[in-house]
Amino acid sequence: MSSSWGKQDVAAIIVALVLMWSMPSLISTYTLTVLIIYGMLGLSLGLIWGFGGILCFGQAAFFGLGAYTYAIAAINMGESTIPMFLAVIVPALFAAFLGVMMFYGRLTDVYLGVITLVVTLILFKFVNSTAGPQYVIGEARLGGFNGIPGFHTLNIPGQPEAYIWGDALYYVCAAALLFLYFFVTWLLRTSFGRIAVGIRENETRVSLMGYDVRARKTILFSIGAAIAGLAGAFFANWSEIVTPGLFSLGQSAEIIIWCIVGGLGTRFGPIIGAASLAYLKFLLGQQSLIDNTLITGIILVLFVLFLPKGIVPAVSSLLKISFGRRAIRKFGNRRTSRRVGKING
Amino acid sequence: MDLSFVILVEIFYAIASLALISAGLAVVFGMMKVINLAHGEFMMMGGYATITAVNLGINVFVAMLIVAPLIVGVIGLVVERLVIRHLYGRLVDTMLATWGLSLFFIGMATMIFGNTTTSITTPITGFAVGNYQINGYNFFIIFVSVALMISMYVLLKTTRLGLIARGTMQRSDIAAALGYSPDRIYMATFFCGSALSGLAGAILAPLVGLVPTSGGAYIAKAFITVIAGGPSLITGLISSSGLFGVVNQIFTFGISPVFGEMALLVIAVLLLRLLPEGVTGKFFKGKM
Amino acid sequence: MVETVLETTGLTMRFGGVVASNNVNFSLKARELRCLIGPNGAGKSTFFKCVIGLHTPTEGQVFMRGQETTGWHPHEIASLGVGIKTQVPNVMDGLTVFENIWMAGRRFMPSKEASRKAHEIIDRLALGSIAKAELGRLAHGERQRVELGLVAVADPWLVLLDEPAAGMTAEDVDRMSTILHELTRTAAVVIVEHDMKFIRSIASTVTVFHQGAVLMEDHVDKVMSDPVVRNVYLGKKV
Repeated sequence: MSSSWGKQDVAAIIVALVLMWSMPSLISTYTLTVLIIYGMLGLSLGLIWGFGGILCFGQAAFFGLGAYTYAIAAINMGESTIPMFLAVIVPALFAAFLGVMMFYGRLTDVYLGVITLVVTLILFKFVNSTAGPQYVIGEARLGGFNGIPGFHTLNIPGQPEAYIWGDALYYVCAAALLFLYFFVTWLLRTSFGRIAVGIRENETRVSLMGYDVRARKTILFSIGAAIAGLAGAFFANWSEIVTPGLFSLGQSAEIIIWCIVGGLGTRFGPIIGAASLAYLKFLLGQQSLIDNTLITGIILVLFVLFLPKGIVPAVSSLLKISFGRRAIRKFGNRRTSRRVGKING
Repeated sequence: MDLSFVILVEIFYAIASLALISAGLAVVFGMMKVINLAHGEFMMMGGYATITAVNLGINVFVAMLIVAPLIVGVIGLVVERLVIRHLYGRLVDTMLATWGLSLFFIGMATMIFGNTTTSITTPITGFAVGNYQINGYNFFIIFVSVALMISMYVLLKTTRLGLIARGTMQRSDIAAALGYSPDRIYMATFFCGSALSGLAGAILAPLVGLVPTSGGAYIAKAFITVIAGGPSLITGLISSSGLFGVVNQIFTFGISPVFGEMALLVIAVLLLRLLPEGVTGKFFKGKM
Repeated sequence: MVETVLETTGLTMRFGGVVASNNVNFSLKARELRCLIGPNGAGKSTFFKCVIGLHTPTEGQVFMRGQETTGWHPHEIASLGVGIKTQVPNVMDGLTVFENIWMAGRRFMPSKEASRKAHEIIDRLALGSIAKAELGRLAHGERQRVELGLVAVADPWLVLLDEPAAGMTAEDVDRMSTILHELTRTAAVVIVEHDMKFIRSIASTVTVFHQGAVLMEDHVDKVMSDPVVRNVYLGKKV
């Protein structure tokens, strides 16, 4: 288990740079930007769920919080730098608060899922009902169902008139995703990351080793929320409006589906799952033959039934079987648990 | 005096409708430990089945109480055989697969019925109590809900079928050794649970305009009510519906419907935090 | 004056109407090896869980090296330098043998040192051939051995093992006796066990539990030849 840069990392950078440079000729940078943002969002859940074992049904809550925090702060400050920071910190703090409430209460898997789901609902219902002029934070009206439009979008730090949009926003987001990918890679190689995976495997044992599992889960949960918040902030800049739909159950469901389809327990999986499914939805939305939602539903069901580990692990074992040295699977112990995932994935 | 009567009715109505909404999910979760996230869509399909039946000339009460549950029960049966059957014991996977199914059904309904709101009028008119108008239909719902709770209890506690079902749920291997097919029991239970969901959707259909996404409004409440209820099926259902219904109505009357909804959710979070096993995990242990 | 490293006073654990542990007074000195025995349901495991923090005792206190640890969380107790192995093997199935042991060591030392000590323990326990194997794929005996490695890697001063010999082959059991003897050079060890041959091979003081309380505490030979203890095991009324 080396903690230094390996071949895989170099390969990842090269592939990323190549993609960054070549994709715009296939798909518009406008679309690519939102795909990248969703990739970040997928990565945030992939980190806490795939590697940390924390099943969160309400990751959209942090996404929405990040977007709204950015919008509200940007309206009040007329510049984007501090709002971007706040958009990362506010969701993280909220997650820390939730974490302390949940993880210190000895709650298990399903109940965690339920509570996170309910929290998303509460946020959604609340924000959705803030239509009146009395719902104001500083100079920003929350706007209820219609959301918040017209805030100052991303600019070069210190130069409020130098907007970053269009192609430039695409490159900034792509760089951010690359950074986040390597941040997560680094994190998983630290002791903290390795212990987090241990917690996913057997919480009791890790506790019996002397580690405070509750605190560690809370911290990991907050990191995931921070990443989701950053994605939310970028989303706000991309769409130039924030609406309650960002907090919705549907959005949370999509994030989970991205992770399942992409491959839980890997770093690439959720990113690829997010980008591909979002793009698929975009393409499907342009035809009216078969309903969009119907297809998403079928995809999810098929994956749970037949490819529960997702695309990336399936492809990667296919590659190993075709080209790898140890092509024979030892012990034949096929694990169908959702919690499988290696640190190198 | 009149006002307190109205408030009382509204509270009972809130509890009754919550119990009704959650019954189908409770049966499937309580008996099979399956979390059916397509429950809201089963309700939606019950609503559409009712509306379609009524438009075809069938008496509205027959449509609501017989046709809709049957149709949705059969749909549930198909779902169980095709999907759920392969995922027993895998709680999270079942949740995900049924979530996929819910999306599938929403898509289907959109393709068949379109996105516009469909509705039928409430078959029972309102009447006046003093200065206030009470919706007579609310009484019907309360009545159905109570009748449902009682029949479920009687069925499970006193009949042979109920005993076999309960036995299978606790130890399917022993039930099998005694000659009962767990497969069949699961099928039958899921059929009943789906039929109940269809029934709930059918009965609630006249109250709101139905759209393919109507299920979404119910699933969260039903889910929370069932989980907070705990392991005992009927006692749990009544306990949590009771608690949430009362809280919801107090805040609705006190402040606004939105706050009523939010209060329900907040209480749910607190309840789950303090009683992770649900209400009947701590109190009323051992009751049905 | 040898230090008392583990002590319980009046430890009682009630589950509803059942008294699983009944007023247990227990005392263990440094580098002592003690076996807890008794028929099924005698309360050994309940006592064990109260000591390690998986239960909070209804009454009574637990002291470790003079510090009261009653009601502490398991991780707080383990942090004192106590190695714990539970009745059902608690290991991380999806990780390798090395990862498991490394993590146990990492709690008390920097990563590089933890790696080094993990390799040491792997050699001592003859786990070298499976060091990179996922625990979920190993046989029961191997997993128990790994768990022992987990427990021992950070040089604990108190080791608590619940049924370490369960499901192990004779060869594994012999290997374990050797390791336990080595452990007692630096640690006090408490073992809950059923395997009499194994207990005899580590020849120590034995505490007999019966109906939640301590029936007798003496050298293993004396205990095994005691007629009262015999009757307890055979189910005769005492």
